[in-house]
Amino acid sequence: MATTATAMSTDTKWWNGGKSPFNVEYGKLMMWYFLMSDAFTFGAFLIAYGTVRFSTNGWPDPNEVFQSFPGLGSGYPLLFVSLMTFILIISSVTMVLAVQAGHHMDKKGVVKYLIWTIIGGAAFLGCQAWEWAHLHHEGAWWGSNPFPNMDGSKATTNFTNFFFTITGFHGFHVFSGVIINIIMLIMTLNNVFEKRGHYLMIEKAGLYWHFVDLVWVFVFTMFYLV
Amino acid sequence: MANEAVLHAHSGVETHHDHDHGHEHHHHETFITKYIFSQDHKMIAKQFLITGMVWAVIGGLMSVLFRFQLGYPDATYPWLEDILGKWAKGGRISAEAYYALVTTHGTVLVFFVLTAGLSGTFANFLIPLQVGARDMASPFMNMLSYWFFFTASIVMLSSIFVETGPFSGGWTAYPPLSALGDASPGSKIGMDLWLVSMALFVVSSLLGGLNYIATILNMRTKGMSMTRMPLTIWALFFTAVLGVLSFPVLFSGFILLIFDRHFGTSFYLSDIFLASTNTALPNEGGSAILYQHLFWFLGHPEVYIILLPAMGMVSEILSVNSRKPIFGYIAMVGSLFAIAILAFLVWAHHMFVTGLNPFLGSIFVLLTLLIAVPSAIKVFNWLTTIWRGNIRFTPGMLFAIGFVSLFISGGLTGIWLGNSALDIHLHDTYFVIAHFHIVMGVASMFGMFAGVYHWYPKMYGRYLNNTLGYIHFWVTLAGAYLIFWPMHYEGLAGMPRRYYDYSIWESFKQFGELNKFISTVAMIVFAAQILFLINFFYSIWKGRKVKEQNPYNASTLEWTTPINPGHGNWPGEIPEVHRWAYDYGKDGREFISQTEPVGADESKH
Repeated sequence: MATTATAMSTDTKWWNGGKSPFNVEYGKLMMWYFLMSDAFTFGAFLIAYGTVRFSTNGWPDPNEVFQSFPGLGSGYPLLFVSLMTFILIISSVTMVLAVQAGHHMDKKGVVKYLIWTIIGGAAFLGCQAWEWAHLHHEGAWWGSNPFPNMDGSKATTNFTNFFFTITGFHGFHVFSGVIINIIMLIMTLNNVFEKRGHYLMIEKAGLYWHFVDLVWVFVFTMFYLV
Repeated sequence: MANEAVLHAHSGVETHHDHDHGHEHHHHETFITKYIFSQDHKMIAKQFLITGMVWAVIGGLMSVLFRFQLGYPDATYPWLEDILGKWAKGGRISAEAYYALVTTHGTVLVFFVLTAGLSGTFANFLIPLQVGARDMASPFMNMLSYWFFFTASIVMLSSIFVETGPFSGGWTAYPPLSALGDASPGSKIGMDLWLVSMALFVVSSLLGGLNYIATILNMRTKGMSMTRMPLTIWALFFTAVLGVLSFPVLFSGFILLIFDRHFGTSFYLSDIFLASTNTALPNEGGSAILYQHLFWFLGHPEVYIILLPAMGMVSEILSVNSRKPIFGYIAMVGSLFAIAILAFLVWAHHMFVTGLNPFLGSIFVLLTLLIAVPSAIKVFNWLTTIWRGNIRFTPGMLFAIGFVSLFISGGLTGIWLGNSALDIHLHDTYFVIAHFHIVMGVASMFGMFAGVYHWYPKMYGRYLNNTLGYIHFWVTLAGAYLIFWPMHYEGLAGMPRRYYDYSIWESFKQFGELNKFISTVAMIVFAAQILFLINFFYSIWKGRKVKEQNPYNASTLEWTTPINPGHGNWPGEIPEVHRWAYDYGKDGREFISQTEPVGADESKH
């Protein structure tokens, strides 16, 4: 950042008022606090899930439940969700590139990478829709769980209850992220940020997008791996 | 990237001022943009205050109604049937209506009055004025925050009028009662409206809280370092952080509850036989205790969300009206911080009798009792602040002193209840009612009254009537003790809360006369609040006008604005701050404003 050097060279008292102590604009500060807040929402969900799962005698085996791949049939444990995760992580990379292009006031770069990010997000949502539809087809839904526990005994419905609620809530976040990115794209194309002289909004959208990806890492771990 | 450009790109109000300062900046404002969809933090504060007052009247009236039932369980009042219809057949409040009244009273007072009405009002009003900002970081989000609150209010209000009545399972909304529509009339559509209203409220609180935090951190005027901020601002800052981090957990809990109600899940439900429909429910594997954990993870910080703003304002008012600097400023900030941290670590003390592991309980006892340390620091600092002060007994000051009194009285019983062994006996008795009403309910109400009386001249450019203020204070203080003090005895004798009629219980019949007494005092206290309402609304238009810019000779920034500040607060430049907020009685001077540079031969604080 070009400004850090100049700001640091003078003896700046960051907390003395008249300036932002973190050298960030208020919206970015709000975004950070919002993400902390949202982290607590997801944290509550995941801890609730962990508590119930821990206190239940048996639980279905994710390798048995998530083993289908569109076009290939079943027998590929966790292959499809790995693809989903890969897509989402790549979309984070393209988001970084969009932010980076914004720093260089490179409108064309921002547009290009935003479009890739939107495609990545939409592809993830498409995959999730397929997975949900597939599970629904197998008889899984809120309040109904066709999958037995690992030891073959009958499972409670809480496996599917939590799965659909939490991945659904995450999917809703991805969906909002895609909408936000589309708005950012339109604003970029309309030269809004060029006129402002900075692409800070892209950075804030990027923060949100990375957060959603990070949450997926936890959701992925807790539902598919553990 | 050009951070400077960004940092200065959002001072919309400020640049506006540079163009035409000295003029009426917003002469083109219509009634709608000025009074309804206003983005001026001062107007939004008044909107929060007046909406909160409306809710306080509704919630207070509800308590008077159910006190009728508790005080006079055998009497019938035909006029009750006139106003409540089928909810008071034959002039006696029905059991369903009683539970609905208790539940709505709790929900409304905790969330709408003492959260939105208190921190919504004073965070909006005081933060920009006391840190030296033109407005909130995002005035638009601020406006949205109010309108989400307003919508939540409308939804909650509408739940009172549905056929099956509002939710009636207690303000904590524990499942399975809250999760099963067939469990009680209030658990049907009334509970759905309750949940929708609360979800909207969480959004409102989040929008507001983010704004408060961003404003305090980012928008302080030059020289206003964190340790020069008035304690009100520190308190409001911690309040906002608590809200931003605890409400989302409640939100998660509510989402799971909604799924349990309508989508066939069993997050909170297991092994239930429903007597009303004579059916065994298929739900299996859930845990009702899980909801309690999620609820109290908000529920306990919520207590401090209610209390901290009152503490902050009281600190400020005590110092100004004692003409003395606040005693132990850094200790005050430190204890606020300690309370904010501990707030997140004590929630299970609400759950000692749920079958919580006793070892875990002992840890929560320890953490709970630790709160006594910062609380005691604050109390001693308040007392030492007014000690040998040149006290001005304004109504605001009296309410601030009343707050300290109530906080001590209610806080001491908290030490009893925080012990899990004692809590087995006292849990869900009137002792708990007495404790939390005094320490959190009435004390915070007193903080709110103190704030209203103290800052009313800044809000409306007029004074409240002092005589009415004194009557209001003494009746309310005496009444608060007369209502809640006897409840300690009832609770110690084992009288449970939330019962409809105690006269049929051999063990609690003895309290019949006492209950009558409490109900009578409750009505008198409610009447005294009407006096306050009259005073408030009369004085907006007819009160004595404020003639001086700084009527209290206070050192903080809000008194450097014009008597009726416009949008943007200061007509010219925002003043620079050179000292802390509490230079009273220093070097032989009555007070020194924060804006005055430190003199060459001035002593150190």
